[in-house]
Amino acid sequence: MLKSSLIQVLGLMRPFWRRVVLALLLSVLTIGSSIALMMTSAWLISTAALQLGITSLGLAPTAVRFFGLSRAVFRYLERLVSHDVTFCLLARLRVWFYERIEPLSLVQLQAFRSGDLMSRVVTDVEELQNFYLRVVSPPIVAVIVTAAMGAAFSLFDGRTALVLVVFMLATGTVLPLLTYWMGDSIGQQLVRQRTQLNSHLVDTVQGMADSIAFGYAASLGETLGEMNGRLTRTERQMGWLDSLQNGLSVLMVNLAAACVLWVAIGRIEGVLLATVTLGTIAAFEAITPLALAGQHLGQERTAANRVFEIINSTPTIAEPTPLPQPLPERPELALSNVTFRYGASEPTVFTNFSLTVPYNTRVLLTGESGAGKSSLINVLLRFTDYETGQISVGQTDLRSIPHETVRQLFGVMTQRTHLFNTTIGENIRIGRKSASDEAVVAAAQAAQIHPFISSLPDRYDTYVGEGGALLSGGERQRIALARMLLKDAPIWLLDEITANLDPITAANVLQAVLAAGADRTIILMTHRTKLVEGHSFDQRVRLAVHK
Amino acid sequence: MDKRLLGEARLARFAFLATVGLSFLGGLFVIGQAFLLSRIINRVFLEGATQSSLGSLFVWLLGAITLRALNQVGIQVAAAEVAIRIKQALRRRLMDHLLQLGPAYTQQERSGELALTVTDGIEALDSFFRDYLPALFIALLIPLTILLVVVPIDLLTFVVLLVTAPLIPIFMVLIGKAAGSLANSRYAQLSQMSAHFLDVMQGLTTLKLFNRSRAQIKIIDQMTDRYRQSTLAVLRVAFLSAFTLELLATISVAVVAVEIGLRLLYGRLLFEQALFLLVIAPEFYMPLRQLGAKFHAGRDGTAAAERIYAILNTPLPESEDGTAVPHFNQIRFENVSVTFGPEERPALERFSLTINQGERVALVGATGSGKSTVANLLLRFVTPTNGRIHLTNQTESISLSQVDAQQWRAHIGWVPQRGYLFNTSVANNIRLGHADATEAQIMAAAQAANADTFIQALPQGYETVLGENATRLSGGQAQRIALARAVVRSAPIYIFDEATANLDSDNERVIQQNLAALTADATVLIIAHRLETIQQADKIVVLDNGHIVESGTHHELLKRQGAYFQLLHAFGEVDHA
Repeated sequence: MLKSSLIQVLGLMRPFWRRVVLALLLSVLTIGSSIALMMTSAWLISTAALQLGITSLGLAPTAVRFFGLSRAVFRYLERLVSHDVTFCLLARLRVWFYERIEPLSLVQLQAFRSGDLMSRVVTDVEELQNFYLRVVSPPIVAVIVTAAMGAAFSLFDGRTALVLVVFMLATGTVLPLLTYWMGDSIGQQLVRQRTQLNSHLVDTVQGMADSIAFGYAASLGETLGEMNGRLTRTERQMGWLDSLQNGLSVLMVNLAAACVLWVAIGRIEGVLLATVTLGTIAAFEAITPLALAGQHLGQERTAANRVFEIINSTPTIAEPTPLPQPLPERPELALSNVTFRYGASEPTVFTNFSLTVPYNTRVLLTGESGAGKSSLINVLLRFTDYETGQISVGQTDLRSIPHETVRQLFGVMTQRTHLFNTTIGENIRIGRKSASDEAVVAAAQAAQIHPFISSLPDRYDTYVGEGGALLSGGERQRIALARMLLKDAPIWLLDEITANLDPITAANVLQAVLAAGADRTIILMTHRTKLVEGHSFDQRVRLAVHK
Repeated sequence: MDKRLLGEARLARFAFLATVGLSFLGGLFVIGQAFLLSRIINRVFLEGATQSSLGSLFVWLLGAITLRALNQVGIQVAAAEVAIRIKQALRRRLMDHLLQLGPAYTQQERSGELALTVTDGIEALDSFFRDYLPALFIALLIPLTILLVVVPIDLLTFVVLLVTAPLIPIFMVLIGKAAGSLANSRYAQLSQMSAHFLDVMQGLTTLKLFNRSRAQIKIIDQMTDRYRQSTLAVLRVAFLSAFTLELLATISVAVVAVEIGLRLLYGRLLFEQALFLLVIAPEFYMPLRQLGAKFHAGRDGTAAAERIYAILNTPLPESEDGTAVPHFNQIRFENVSVTFGPEERPALERFSLTINQGERVALVGATGSGKSTVANLLLRFVTPTNGRIHLTNQTESISLSQVDAQQWRAHIGWVPQRGYLFNTSVANNIRLGHADATEAQIMAAAQAANADTFIQALPQGYETVLGENATRLSGGQAQRIALARAVVRSAPIYIFDEATANLDSDNERVIQQNLAALTADATVLIIAHRLETIQQADKIVVLDNGHIVESGTHHELLKRQGAYFQLLHAFGEVDHA
């Protein structure tokens, strides 16, 4: 799991690999400059101390100044490029996540809590954007710098070079491995606890009216307190780990300098002693970030695994190949002996259900809640598969129709309408992106919402708030109707569409819907038989709860 | 820097002082180490010393190195403690405040953004206190200590350091200011983007229904790309400050190296002192450079603080504390008006109504006529803009606003049109109504709400944990659980706000009968679209646009042939009257 998920994230960097290489190169040059600055400076003052005249210094003064300048320039460029890499990765991650999650069936997605989903996308994807900066780049840079320093020191003395390389390798491998091993469980715990807390907060914020009315707020607050306490304890552990590891790396840098100096005494000429000592300290700039990388690896892995938990669940319903010829424009819908349930351990919703609906007829589907009226929509729209039986549209098996084509067939309105946090106009236009303003207005008129919209200061440009919170239930439904009218599908599935409307509006809306849908197939699902008494239906079907 | 944030440091005073104290101590260890290193190298290089004669110096060196490392641990542990304590306290305070602000506030805000402020907003304070603040103190203390040590050794180097050092904060402030305002807008953008994501995820069904879910890929791509570009624009400027710091620091080290090198050449400086200066020069700039790297952590923290304090500074509604609920036999609304904003028309205007104990009062009217506002007033989610609500008995009259809100709400069984189910078990969701309810009571309540059968059919029965928004259940099933929640409460007052609107006729009939029996002695306020359910009410009040149009019993209103009669007619229910 670790390898596969992180390697998949690595694979996402392929489109901009040139930038990745450039960022790595700039990192090495940055650290190289500062090592060179310290080493040439040390050589310069050591040589000067011998008082052999200005010519003995050669190019050293110029080189010192050059490295002083180049370090800053390289560093600036390196930061810019590596952050660009990070954001490219973030952009790729987001889109890729959505691309993979979009084909999943809605019934599959409902298994994940929406607060969790948000947390996954925002927190985990946000976490993974650091993958290059914190996990990929440091070890590569460290290896290159260690090799180069080993080679450079071996020109002076083999054993000194060996001491340096051993210290660099030891610090660079043992320290991150140690922190990885220690932080692995804590890092995972931390992400998990933050997510839990996040979900809890979303629950608290969204259910605030109910929790206050029932005096549940105190209990929610208590749970928050417990979660807060747990998170704090974990963060404290993590804080200790962080500090210990930082202290250890400070120890190792200076210990390395002391040891290199100790070994070098007597083996390297005196004029170079300062050079190797200061060079050693400077070289560890490539090693220090590694310890953190080990710790981040744990966090990145947790985030990646959680993202992949969703991503790697394959769509339960495979997308069929495109149809050889288009479906008839006036299709008949036929279900024969359809049996359906949500999962092997769940009860059956309907068994051997049969229904034939010729085009341009009206069906009234009644039954108690839980009898499967809404499930029928899930089945027809291919949001979930059915166990046995056959459903056909025209003469075509529903299972062989591509999903987008299926959804184009049905206009759906339910009792729970989701409005997006944008303008009323845009919400209606979801029905047909290319719709003209006139078409949007016409649809709103047919849905009897135009007068209301016109009375708003910003008319169709009025924002509806989160989940359409600024509108009443009735207004929401009417916008949903306008939206569906705009979509212009041959078969309408209407699920309790007037549940939230007052009687006068309900009757009017129903009248308007049935009038607008005069040339279409309409399957009206309701448990309110009274409401539809004045209207004619070609078939009346009653669903019973499966016991 | 945000003064309010700095003020939070009092929550961890000792750890905060430890951070400062240890930072100062750290400077001394750095100086000690540099002194020992240059002495050893000098002894070997110019005095020909061998390993054996340097033993004690190396022991000292190792000691300085160890202390320096331990000190580093101490600084970080203390700084982490500051951050952790402040985060915990602020998170708590923020949620308490939100809960006190209540549904009236949270319904206006985007819950995605609110959640982001409470989680990521608070988290942004972590690096503010853990990284930025200690870096700030270290940057002030260590260079100062080093300067003091350098003065007696070499005046010229002292001047170089002295001249360059103040330039660094000056540049930092100048450039940081520009980057700061950009960082603020970046935070706003990030919040918006996360709210957009949640919106898309929650509306995925709708998007799929309209074949628009694939189109979202492009929108997400564009939004993210815009974010990338704007962030890079911020960073190009933000990194300039770091660049200036780096440049000043490395160039200064180079200048010091060349300057002391040349003087060494002419014997005007001792090698040991020169080497000490060369070792100490990078250490002089290091804290300043590190501060530069933490600068945006400081900015992010300040930007997050803006959002956090914006919520914390939202004034709380008047205190909900008050006297115990008195014995009363009437609830009287007297000329109550409610207006939500200065620009908006009143949701309720000069509304007067007396509800006697044990009475069943029904409110009817079109959407937006003010029915739910009456319920919200009674629940104390909303306070009257004008007018008063009184609880009265034969001898006295007390304003509802003087009664303790929590105790008051404990007297009410409320069922909204769509009750919110929390992400816990079915049993716990019902138990919300009555914390000490036994299993038998919970089952009885569920049976009364016609929910027992389907609950038993759930995988773990009453212990089945519901997802967010109770996605496992149909709307009608969720509502029946919300009904059971109110039933188990057996309260003296009930408010049914379209409580059975989402149920089918069969369920509704059964539940209505059960509810009528269970609430026979209670005071009941029913809000309904459908009129068949309220014909037995003692009083029917017809509302329109926040005004009472007419009121009376079913038969009185029928005779009058007014608004109520028309409503009935519209719904085809006159025949059944």
